[in-house]
Amino acid sequence: MKLPIYMDYHATTPVDPRVVDAMLPYFTQHFGNPASRNHSFGWEAEEAVETARKQVADLIGANVKEVIFTSGATEANNLAIKGAAEMYREKGNHIITCVTEHKAVIDTCKKLEKQGLRVTYLPVQKDGRISLDELKAAISDKTILITIMAANNEIGVLQPIAEIGAIAKEKGILFHTDAVQAVGKVPFDVNQNKVDLASLSAHKLYGPKGVGALYVRRRNPRVLLAEQISGGGHERGMRSGTLNVPGIVGLGAAAALAKAEMATESVRLSTMRDRLNKKLHDNLDEIYINGSTEHRLPHNLNISFAYVEGESLLMGINDVAVSSGSACTSASLEPSYVLKALGAGDDLAHSSIRFGLGRWTTDEEIDYVVEKLTTVVRRLREMSPLYEMVKEGVDLSKMQWVTH
Amino acid sequence: MAYSDKVIDHYENPRNVGSLPKDDTNVGTGLVGAPECGDVMKLQVKVNPETGVIDDAKFKTFGCGSAIASSSLATEWLKGKTVDQALAIKNTDIVAELALPPVKIHCSVLAEDAIKAAIADYKKKQGEKQGAVEAAAQPTA
Repeated sequence: MKLPIYMDYHATTPVDPRVVDAMLPYFTQHFGNPASRNHSFGWEAEEAVETARKQVADLIGANVKEVIFTSGATEANNLAIKGAAEMYREKGNHIITCVTEHKAVIDTCKKLEKQGLRVTYLPVQKDGRISLDELKAAISDKTILITIMAANNEIGVLQPIAEIGAIAKEKGILFHTDAVQAVGKVPFDVNQNKVDLASLSAHKLYGPKGVGALYVRRRNPRVLLAEQISGGGHERGMRSGTLNVPGIVGLGAAAALAKAEMATESVRLSTMRDRLNKKLHDNLDEIYINGSTEHRLPHNLNISFAYVEGESLLMGINDVAVSSGSACTSASLEPSYVLKALGAGDDLAHSSIRFGLGRWTTDEEIDYVVEKLTTVVRRLREMSPLYEMVKEGVDLSKMQWVTH
Repeated sequence: MAYSDKVIDHYENPRNVGSLPKDDTNVGTGLVGAPECGDVMKLQVKVNPETGVIDDAKFKTFGCGSAIASSSLATEWLKGKTVDQALAIKNTDIVAELALPPVKIHCSVLAEDAIKAAIADYKKKQGEKQGAVEAAAQPTA
């Protein structure tokens, strides 16, 4: 087993060597610009891009013409939300989203609010999912777009997108989903879920960084977006800029691999994830899973280790790469807004660790992480005044804390 | 974020972790911070009432590595100091010794607050003890 162990696959994934192999010829040999229509260099590049477009479309059940390549999911989210808001301005000025969305969605919505649009940020329930009744209640005749993520990047919780899609369809409202964490990990079909716009990213599914795609529905309804980057009119005029051919080839290859391997890989991952969870629960008391265990990505585990602060926990397992929702791991000194939204208390947000398993995670690594974490949590609890107080019978919630 | 060697050393080998009997009149306890802010420090001093010198100091901290290091260092510095010398410890001394980055300065502030709170608690107890002695000496009317 090689150290350090990478268990942060929600942040990014290594590029699969098979993907690298597919990409390499497009740097030096087939380096043409797909927009060059009059020579073979351009034709080769265009053919490669169209193959990749088909591979991405196949993974999400889309038509090949409905895939727009972007620089990544942040751009795809911006294009979907700003592009729709601008294009459908006359139809309405209201967008519905949710408090646990990725910043690429939240900050895009905030920007639109400054420009006069109205945005509803739906709360989530204790399990991290939105309430469909609250969604229905938030809809008005001015609502033009609902944007709710397919799977959350911190807690791995799957939103009820098929139900959301049905509601949006019935009301004639566009439905965008940030599907970055879900695509290639769990079945995701744009028609089954009645999705009109969907964002995805290559580097979350063993492809390269700097490339992603936006699915834009072409029929029933035909979705139009105002371009956010102007130029040569590439990608059906929705996203100008010379195509990142090697990156796009990589995204396509990664999508094809994900489609072929998802069924077996998701079982392998959820089995390992459940073993990690069980062993931690066997060894330690007062640990809590954040978010739904039923509606969850197979490779995600997010646990709060009560009375232990997340960053000090990470310091103790410095040969394991994971993330924490602790404020101390961010510059803002605010704990994770996603965990806060679950309403479990800020103290549990500070004590959380996100495990993201992936294609190269092994059972041996899981065992190592369990051993190491158990030792460190026990050591830090011995050092924790909160743990001591609880063992003495003090109710921490009734304490008067001297905040600073 | 990279930690200084001194922070790592205090995190891996914390000095004076533990608790002193909090009902002892010669022990002062300071409990500062809040769980929802991500750090709570409990710092205790045991003072020799004859000499006013801190004989022992202990801490327990819920917080990041820098918070643990700040409180560990504080207990190290407190031992052997008089109460007045202890009150002269500044958070900036801790920042300098541990090479804390700007985002971690609040950890040192918390450690200074914990020292002050522990000594205030000790003084309060001593005052009460004094008061109790004087009250006992007063002839009852």
